[in-house]
Amino acid sequence: MSEVIRVGMAEMKICMPQDKITTLGLGSCVGAVIYDSSSRICGMVHVMLPDSRIIRNNGNKAKFADLGIEMLVKELISKGAVKSCLKAKIAGGAQMFSFKSENELLQVGKRNVEAVGKKLKELGIPIVASDVGGNYGRTITFNPDDFKLEIKVVGRKSSYI
Amino acid sequence: MPVDNFENLSSMELDVLQEIGNIGVGNVTTALAQMLGIRINMKVPVVELLDIGKVPDLLGGAGNPVAGVMLAIGGDIEGMIEFIMDIASAKKIAEVMLGSSADEVNAVNVSGINDFLEIEKAALQEMGNIIAGSYLNAISKMTGLAIIPSVPELAIDMAGAILSEPMIEFGKTGDKALLIEAEFGAEELFKGYFILTPTNDSYARILNSLKL
Repeated sequence: MSEVIRVGMAEMKICMPQDKITTLGLGSCVGAVIYDSSSRICGMVHVMLPDSRIIRNNGNKAKFADLGIEMLVKELISKGAVKSCLKAKIAGGAQMFSFKSENELLQVGKRNVEAVGKKLKELGIPIVASDVGGNYGRTITFNPDDFKLEIKVVGRKSSYI
Repeated sequence: MPVDNFENLSSMELDVLQEIGNIGVGNVTTALAQMLGIRINMKVPVVELLDIGKVPDLLGGAGNPVAGVMLAIGGDIEGMIEFIMDIASAKKIAEVMLGSSADEVNAVNVSGINDFLEIEKAALQEMGNIIAGSYLNAISKMTGLAIIPSVPELAIDMAGAILSEPMIEFGKTGDKALLIEAEFGAEELFKGYFILTPTNDSYARILNSLKL
């Protein structure tokens, strides 16, 4: 029986080819899926903050774009994934409230997307599809069978990237 | 002293936050009663310190649609305040505010922003404004700090998404979030959650100004 593995806020999980992996209600956070296109081993991290270096209390690696992506890649490789076959799909990074203010607290979504992109580039992992920004929440589910990432938005039909 | 981690708040500091919650929600109830011209009842609010990942469960799970009103805060303290409620309550509150007869079928079937009329959204935004305003007023009076809220913004979407900005702010200091659960209403009590998220420095400023 295939399972749907649920990744919570600031969590990272690995998913083997027979299962699917999901995270619910992404807002400003970013959900990054990294998969091995040959062995189909995949994983997802639900990051909340762009940069661990400016935060004192940074024990939970999955919370940060920089550490979370690194940890996910390491974990995938330890489970048998091959680094040169890794690809990424990302979603989220919305700004839920459309303040025009310069309040940087409310623009963390954009910075999360940038930080995830930067880290993936550094590691040489291509982003093959992304659905980021906007002012709405997303529930995402990755199926390693066809490498499709399903994106659900309230009041719309699911889309696949 | 900046607050390193909410897990390290003393019981006295938590008591103070509870008291701010009581006075704040009391003010909110008075303001709503005045605006609507009806008697509003309230329960004693509960201050909760929860794991960040568990917060969406209070609202039916991260994927469940809820209504949130957010205000950015400036002045002596910086940050944001959000008031969140489940979507059926939001619909009913809007109807009470607008004096329309509660459309039961509508209230049961609402699932997203498209189920709200423009005037209902405006009413909820205004309610958020009054609620957050009178709450912040209570803190301002207790601390002597000037707190200036922005114009309110309403969003109706998945709980995880509605919560993401304040949870991210809490995430900077630790893995716990501080929420105030309030219940108020006329005949029927509605449950809502206040999430006050001052920046780390601003939290210290609030506690300092209370001589803690």
